[in-house]
Amino acid sequence: MSKNSEYLIERENKQYEVIIGLEVHAQVTSESKLFSQSSTKFGAEPNTQVSLVDAAFPGMLPVINEFCIEQAIKTGIGLKAKINKKSVFDRKNYFYADLPQGYQISQYKYPIVGEGKVILDMPNGQKEIGIERLHLEQDAGKSIHDIDPNNTLVDLNRSGVALMEIVSKPDLRSPDEVNVYIKKLRSIMRYLGTCDGNMQEGSLRADVNVSVRLKGETEFGTRCEIKNVNSIKFMQMAIISEANRQIDLLEEGKEIDQETRLFDTKRNETRSMRSKEDAHDYRYFPDPDLLPLEISQELIEKITSDIPELPDEKKKRFIDKFNLSPYEATILVSDIETSNFFEEVIKNSDVKLATNWITGELFAVLNEKNLEISQSPVSAKNLSKLINLIKDGTISGKIAKTVFEQMIDGDQDPLIIVKEKGLKQESDPKAIEELINKVIENNSDKVAEYKSGKDKLFGFFVGQAMKESKGKGNPQLINKILKEKLNG
Amino acid sequence: MSDITSQSLFELTSNIKEKKLSSEEITKAFISRAEKSKKLNVYVTDNFEKAIDQSKKFDSNPNLDSKLPGIPIAVKDLFCTNGVRTTAGSKILNNFVPTYESTVTQNLWSQGAILLGKLNCDEFAMGSSNETSFFGNVQNPVGENLVPGGSSGGSSAAVAANLTPVTIGTDTGGSIRQPASFTGTVGLKPTYGSCSRYGIVAFASSLDQAGPMTKNVRDCSMLLEVISSFDQKDSTSIDYKRNYYSKELSKDIKGKKIGIPKEYRVDNMPDEIEQLWKNGISYAKDCGAEIIDISLPHTNYALPTYYIVAPAEASSNLARYDGVKYGFRSPGQNLIEMYEKTRSEGFGDEVKRRIMIGTYVLSSGYYDAYYLKAQKVRQLIKKDFDDAFSKVDAILTPSTPSSAFKIGEKTNDPVSMYLNDIFTVPINLAGLPGISIPAGKDKNNYPLGLQVIGKPFDEQNILNISYALEDKINFKNDISDWWLSE
Repeated sequence: MSKNSEYLIERENKQYEVIIGLEVHAQVTSESKLFSQSSTKFGAEPNTQVSLVDAAFPGMLPVINEFCIEQAIKTGIGLKAKINKKSVFDRKNYFYADLPQGYQISQYKYPIVGEGKVILDMPNGQKEIGIERLHLEQDAGKSIHDIDPNNTLVDLNRSGVALMEIVSKPDLRSPDEVNVYIKKLRSIMRYLGTCDGNMQEGSLRADVNVSVRLKGETEFGTRCEIKNVNSIKFMQMAIISEANRQIDLLEEGKEIDQETRLFDTKRNETRSMRSKEDAHDYRYFPDPDLLPLEISQELIEKITSDIPELPDEKKKRFIDKFNLSPYEATILVSDIETSNFFEEVIKNSDVKLATNWITGELFAVLNEKNLEISQSPVSAKNLSKLINLIKDGTISGKIAKTVFEQMIDGDQDPLIIVKEKGLKQESDPKAIEELINKVIENNSDKVAEYKSGKDKLFGFFVGQAMKESKGKGNPQLINKILKEKLNG
Repeated sequence: MSDITSQSLFELTSNIKEKKLSSEEITKAFISRAEKSKKLNVYVTDNFEKAIDQSKKFDSNPNLDSKLPGIPIAVKDLFCTNGVRTTAGSKILNNFVPTYESTVTQNLWSQGAILLGKLNCDEFAMGSSNETSFFGNVQNPVGENLVPGGSSGGSSAAVAANLTPVTIGTDTGGSIRQPASFTGTVGLKPTYGSCSRYGIVAFASSLDQAGPMTKNVRDCSMLLEVISSFDQKDSTSIDYKRNYYSKELSKDIKGKKIGIPKEYRVDNMPDEIEQLWKNGISYAKDCGAEIIDISLPHTNYALPTYYIVAPAEASSNLARYDGVKYGFRSPGQNLIEMYEKTRSEGFGDEVKRRIMIGTYVLSSGYYDAYYLKAQKVRQLIKKDFDDAFSKVDAILTPSTPSSAFKIGEKTNDPVSMYLNDIFTVPINLAGLPGISIPAGKDKNNYPLGLQVIGKPFDEQNILNISYALEDKINFKNDISDWWLSE
């Protein structure tokens, strides 16, 4: 990256660099939980998706859900990571009301996925972020403190749901990179179908590790971990606030305590949750109810052969095959739904126009209405029809915008709109010529001025001709014939 | 025909199949004896009413092809039984009624057996004398104020006292074999992975196994055949072809190589145990077996290893008893206080002791020195057996270093209590099958047992050796029914 893009925090002639590592908790897309057959569906009535295993009844035993294992392997392959043929489930022991077993089954020393990487497309080029590991673990239930004034209520629907914890190396250097990293991770998992990435439903959350150091320093500073941040915006706010807090301490000559902190979104500041001394002793040990997980080469190969085209590869193809700019390609592949939409549109229409219309008009409408592309008011089929109308000269680009605005209302067919409203472009040279003759006749004074050298007036004649055609005149034809008449 | 309750499982099954006895007659006989045997304190919860209903139901349409046709059976209160209170001998589960059935007990009912009730045991199976039970100690029918062993003390006493034809116990470090030895009965701990752990209140997951407790070896083979099954609900259950143990039972052990491990000659072992072992060896020779001296060099480390591994797993397994979801709760001002009160009041001393030991050995800074080291030693102990089994087919040892002791004698000396398991614990650590059979008596006329240890999945072999030895030993339990009331 070039120098001017570095994210640095300034203090009296000093520049601080911010070091960020993320532990992303991504809910595995799976019908049932990691060790039981209960449903994982979001939004059900409290405690309706709880098996005896999830509620840790006496004598209940976990049985691994093989689909979740395959999803983790798939994600590992998508992160270009090493798949560990042997991994171990450990118990992480601690007491909490929404943790029915009194321990969380997780992977500690031997995770299912080892080192990998994620490529970020930053404005100044690409940057590689290292992945330390990915491991599988159970989610806990949910404690609800604000319904009953005297009691905490517990909902175990989420208890036992499979999570992938994806730990990055401390390679991130700015809130912007965090934004791009999370979006890229989400994009890869959505391509793979291993995590829906729905942050509103808590399918993607992160613990954010932040430290600071003077620019040029090579040692890392003391880090603080900000727990359980559930949106990119909050992650960015938390990082900025925490980095500044740490810098202030250093500036005052104080030391930073390694601790776990919480981000208070209302006050936009982090506050201490527990210090290193108070850190839990989780007494990890291998879960004796589960055998070590062994993965065969055959399974890895089978899953590898099923891996769909991922964003990086798709981007390369879009650039090579469709001649898109890297910028356009990055936008179009960022979300699998968008790239699918794009490919659907260009099946029957011009690539260049499709790119412009999707990234221009369509994205504007989606943004304005706060919609996902999957909820697009205009279908790929009708958008490609519209593009073809422009391409074959039936309507002008300008008319197309009018048509598009009407299409939004109930995904109307552009052919019908054009026909019903008589918006078809006038491309008959004779008709255009007649209409230009009329303009010239009516503006003989302006014609004289033009001929005496006032070239700027050409635009005036185009406007008049267009007006005369009620906006339907083929602009290229109007230009051409006007030039012949005026200059001839 | 002898008195119903003194009949073996084999006899009762034959009598039912030949329609000489009805399930109702048998069930009522055991219930009636139980009602006169309250002094033994074997039952935590009885199921007598329902049992009689079920026996009538069985008689009205008997399936005589099943393996336990209409046979009433009481089981250790560590097995979860659908609709019948399951306490694990603890106050913390005092009012817990499962809505599900353990696989092992389900196997019993699927073969026609009827639940008589739930038998007393040490709290969470932690103990060697049944004195840690919240429901009080159990009397050994062999003699008044004598412990029946533990943790399956209610089970051993119930079989010895003819209160159930057979029973099932669980064995984590000797909890089937030691009480069998103390009561003159037969108890088998199967290979780890043979019987499903699903629905059994967990003590130490990597060691726990359910197994049969019976009056004789043939009954033991019949019951093992029913309870041993592969179960997908237990990830440590092993899918292998199980024998028809009762059909394949044979006294022909000619040419079998039986190992005698020198390390089991422990200091201060009573002469009568030494003598018992010698007798066992000579009986085995009489049967045509070849006796081979072997060494299990890490035997000395088994007990300390066990008392690290088992409490470590227990400390985590028992974390779920927190007052939040089910079982006993002692209210507090906040969550932490509720936890502290619930667990302080809900667990007994021995359970708390082991939770503390287990928590300690897993703590950061101690994990490597204790838990990790213990796991390594466990591998060495396992390897000792692997090496030995390259030379021999089975191993013969005493079951316990002493006969049954007096109630209260060892309650204040946990280490001396733990030493009771010295011969049984290594077998759990190695995951092997082991059986205790009654083999003689000490000077007080208290029973003593011999243990036969086998290769993994070789239950048939140790049953056959025991069957042959049983015939030679011709043990007669001398029980006077001293406790019976009218």
